[in-house]
Amino acid sequence: MADITLKKVEVVIVGFGWTGAIMAKELTEAGMQVLALERGAFHDTYPDGAYPKTLDELTYIQRSKLFQDMSKSSFTFRHAVSGVAVPYRQIGAFKPGTGVGGAGLHWSGQHWRVLPEELKLKSHYEHRYGKKFIPEGMTIQDFGVSYEELEPHFDFVEKVFGTSGSAYRVNGKVVGEGNFFEADRSDHFALPPQKVPYTAHLFQKAAAEVGLHPFVAASSNASGPYTNPYGCQMGPCNFCGYCSGFACYNYSKASPQVNIMPALRQVSNFELRPNCNVLRINLDGSGKKATGVTYVNADGKTVEQPADLVIASTFAYNNAHLFLVSGVGKPYDPVSGEGVVGRNIAYQTMSTVQMFFDPDKNTNPFIGSGGNGVAVDDYNGDNFDHGPLGFVGGSPAWCNPAGVKPIAGIPVPNGTSAWGAGWKRAVKDNYANTVSFDVHGANMVYRDCYVDLDPTYTDQFGQKLLRFTFDWKDNDIKMSRYVTDKMLDVARAMKPKSIHVSVKNFGDHLDLRSYQTTHWAGGTAMGTDPKTSVLNRYLQSWDVHNVFAVGSSVFPVGIGYNPTGLAAALTYWAAKAIREQYLKDPRPLVAA
Amino acid sequence: MTKHISIGQRIAAVVLALAGASSWAAGADQQLIKQGEYLARAGDCFACHSVNGGKPFAGGLGMATPIGKVYSSNITPDKKAGIGDWSFADFDKLMRTGVTKAGYTVYPAMPYPSYSRLSEADMQALYAYFMHGVQPDPTPNRKSDIVWPLSMRFPLTIWRWMFAPKPVPYQAPASSVANTANAQLLRGAYLVEGLGHCGACHTARGLGMQEKALSSLDSREYLAGGAVIDGWTVPSLRNEHGGGLAAWTQADIVAFLKTGRNGHTASFGAMNDVVAHSTQYLTEADLASIAGYLKSLPPKNNAKPFASDPAVGQALYNGKPATEGALLYLNKCAGCHRSDGQGYAKAFPALAGNAVLQTADGTSAINIILSGGAVPATHTAPSALTMAPYAAELNDDQVAAVVNFIQTSWGNQGGTVTAKQVAKVRKTAVPVQPLTAAAFAAGRSDTLPRPVVAAGPVDKRDTK
Repeated sequence: MADITLKKVEVVIVGFGWTGAIMAKELTEAGMQVLALERGAFHDTYPDGAYPKTLDELTYIQRSKLFQDMSKSSFTFRHAVSGVAVPYRQIGAFKPGTGVGGAGLHWSGQHWRVLPEELKLKSHYEHRYGKKFIPEGMTIQDFGVSYEELEPHFDFVEKVFGTSGSAYRVNGKVVGEGNFFEADRSDHFALPPQKVPYTAHLFQKAAAEVGLHPFVAASSNASGPYTNPYGCQMGPCNFCGYCSGFACYNYSKASPQVNIMPALRQVSNFELRPNCNVLRINLDGSGKKATGVTYVNADGKTVEQPADLVIASTFAYNNAHLFLVSGVGKPYDPVSGEGVVGRNIAYQTMSTVQMFFDPDKNTNPFIGSGGNGVAVDDYNGDNFDHGPLGFVGGSPAWCNPAGVKPIAGIPVPNGTSAWGAGWKRAVKDNYANTVSFDVHGANMVYRDCYVDLDPTYTDQFGQKLLRFTFDWKDNDIKMSRYVTDKMLDVARAMKPKSIHVSVKNFGDHLDLRSYQTTHWAGGTAMGTDPKTSVLNRYLQSWDVHNVFAVGSSVFPVGIGYNPTGLAAALTYWAAKAIREQYLKDPRPLVAA
Repeated sequence: MTKHISIGQRIAAVVLALAGASSWAAGADQQLIKQGEYLARAGDCFACHSVNGGKPFAGGLGMATPIGKVYSSNITPDKKAGIGDWSFADFDKLMRTGVTKAGYTVYPAMPYPSYSRLSEADMQALYAYFMHGVQPDPTPNRKSDIVWPLSMRFPLTIWRWMFAPKPVPYQAPASSVANTANAQLLRGAYLVEGLGHCGACHTARGLGMQEKALSSLDSREYLAGGAVIDGWTVPSLRNEHGGGLAAWTQADIVAFLKTGRNGHTASFGAMNDVVAHSTQYLTEADLASIAGYLKSLPPKNNAKPFASDPAVGQALYNGKPATEGALLYLNKCAGCHRSDGQGYAKAFPALAGNAVLQTADGTSAINIILSGGAVPATHTAPSALTMAPYAAELNDDQVAAVVNFIQTSWGNQGGTVTAKQVAKVRKTAVPVQPLTAAAFAAGRSDTLPRPVVAAGPVDKRDTK
């Protein structure tokens, strides 16, 4: 029983990052009384991003100022269904955020839409390459929503985020030097592209030389002063290099704090309660309707918060955890292949190429902006013929000078000793003479890569931890090696002294110790079939119609790009359905 | 007087006729109360008569005076603690003469010399609002901290005799305001000199704490800049250079009062509350009137217009700061305000040509570096863009060096400061307060004035 039972609210939002903030804005606009519950502390640009104190790598990165405290709650991992999972005790491969703003406060600002074919991955591959092309055990499927349906939302997200970029094609007309492969847009970016730093310029030149289509990547790091449709302001980025892992002190990196919360503060039908850890969504006797949520407040008291509508907007996999502990939807069983919650967990398949030059290159790696850089999409999605290659998926690649920081490490060439005078000399020689780019690959979904509740380990509230069963698969390693190999042409065209490549080998297992990326997806997949998805195309639970989930957890497959732009657009898509269809007549919006 | 009473009785009758205390207002009377609410915002009654987190108009805000702290009174319609048993005549007398129902004279922190200019109709609307548009609150009034004999109220009566104008409802002056035929100017004068009581801060005070001028007709001391308040220099609002509004258009003034920011500068210090609680709620027409009136005030000083000097900006751009102040500026400030001091539109205010930096007194510049600042969040410009304090980063010599750099660079003509002055300001500097979870808590709107104007179209002027 709860220690406290509160008065009912119309909408309760669980988790207050980007998608929670977007839902709060949309539903308060619709006149609803909205309460957002955030497990972590209150954060704001000031003082969390106060200059110059925020430029502190040790505090923010190594000591995880804005990240989840792994001593209170974590996840367990195993590589195979037969294995025993153990907890992720220190932040390494991925950096889960916590607190108001969520990962939206400490993200870098890389802002992408999605390739249209990735929204219908299964039907696209079957159509172009035949049903047999998709390997056994790969469970890719379609989102159930088209690029055309999402386009107005992608456009609006870019206007809310103050995204800087160059369009290629607007309303069918080629208008600029943007991404040749990008789908049609209804408008330009909110701001012109950011300036191209030197290393990205070298990459751009080399990529063009080898016949690729380089473009300045879109970033939600403002290239100029900006006021968004909510009246919220941004200041132009000054390339300080402290984006990912930090709260931007300069109002330059889009965040819920900068782009949405000022507007929410002005409306009386919005309330935010930080330090409130939601334990579960409560269901009525039928199990078909949510009655609200139960959470633990800052004083450790258990609070029952009744609500008419529940929005699960926790970080990625946590939506699956919330559904599993609440009994919303049937848990996935990898043996029978039945059930859906926890299914289709995706990550990304990264590789990195570093080029070392003679000491006069002066690449000034301290200059950086989180989302800024030059990218190529020639090997992303299905922009190249997969027929003879025998793998599904692709990789965008980019030179993204985001600010090299000393503790995280300065790249040194192969063969450098790991410590001592030799290492010091190599750092000195190479710090300002290195160019690096990433191959940011998609990661497909598989029958035996999923999340469920761990049978052994619990969190600070005694709840079972989320257990990941996940490992790399040959398809993705094959893809990553192919694209990385192709991209080495670009590296060689820069004529470096030496090249260092970090790419996965066949048989490599997921290694949680070194940073990969925080882009997990899936667990509460959206889709067209309740047998393979948790949510319908409007992100509404198939089973409990007054529960919606938003965030990258709804992706049924991994995508090549970073997830934020798509997660945000899908949230506006769901909000539109709630505002225009659900509130008028609360019911399942799609017949199961 | 008969008329006043009849209106008061009419409202009382309506109140009695309605069942619930919350459903008092209807028809024309609701209109009157709304008008009163608007005027109460224009007068910024909330700012002094409420405390942060307290009930609106329940009083208790402490105001430092040279002789001790005084506390604002409860002006809710509570019969015991507030003004619930005041007649319109009592209210009118206080507003125009500073004499309370009980017969004593209030401290001149209450700008009754300005409020004495209110028209009868507006006074009635204000009375209607305070009687029927405000929730009664039983918080008792707090005694001042002023010690006897300075706590005696009778000298205030003498002060009133000496300095307060003869209390007559505002009459349009016959000739002196430039262009008296212009209704907009008259409206502007009415708002600025009356309810707005801008002169309370922006006009210098004489030896007896009286404002040296109460209207543009009195002298050019009016709104020519006041004494330092709470560590902030109070600039001139006259149409003059050297700290005044000469470089601003009327639209700039309207934008500043509506949103706390414009292409030239951002609000900081004591003006933030004025924008947040008062001016943002005024209609565009009233703001335009205020702007028109301020622009009509001829200069008191003979300062020359700001003339841009690109040399310093070029030196910084080329990484050649000439002084310690320039180097500190480059390291600590130029990231936002830029090497040429131009800033970035409404996001980061320009320092080159900024009126605040043309004043002889560098107190504001010292204070903002030590304390930081936040632009007030308003309904149409909700971002409280914040500059963090540098008190812990820079010592007194360094602050003085930066202040002297920004007050005299790019063509700025401000005065210089010493480390000693910095040390003095440091003693009372209050660091800018961060927002907390309370800014998003339930019921927060109960302690703030409710918005009466819908958010307007987004101002896209800084969108490139």
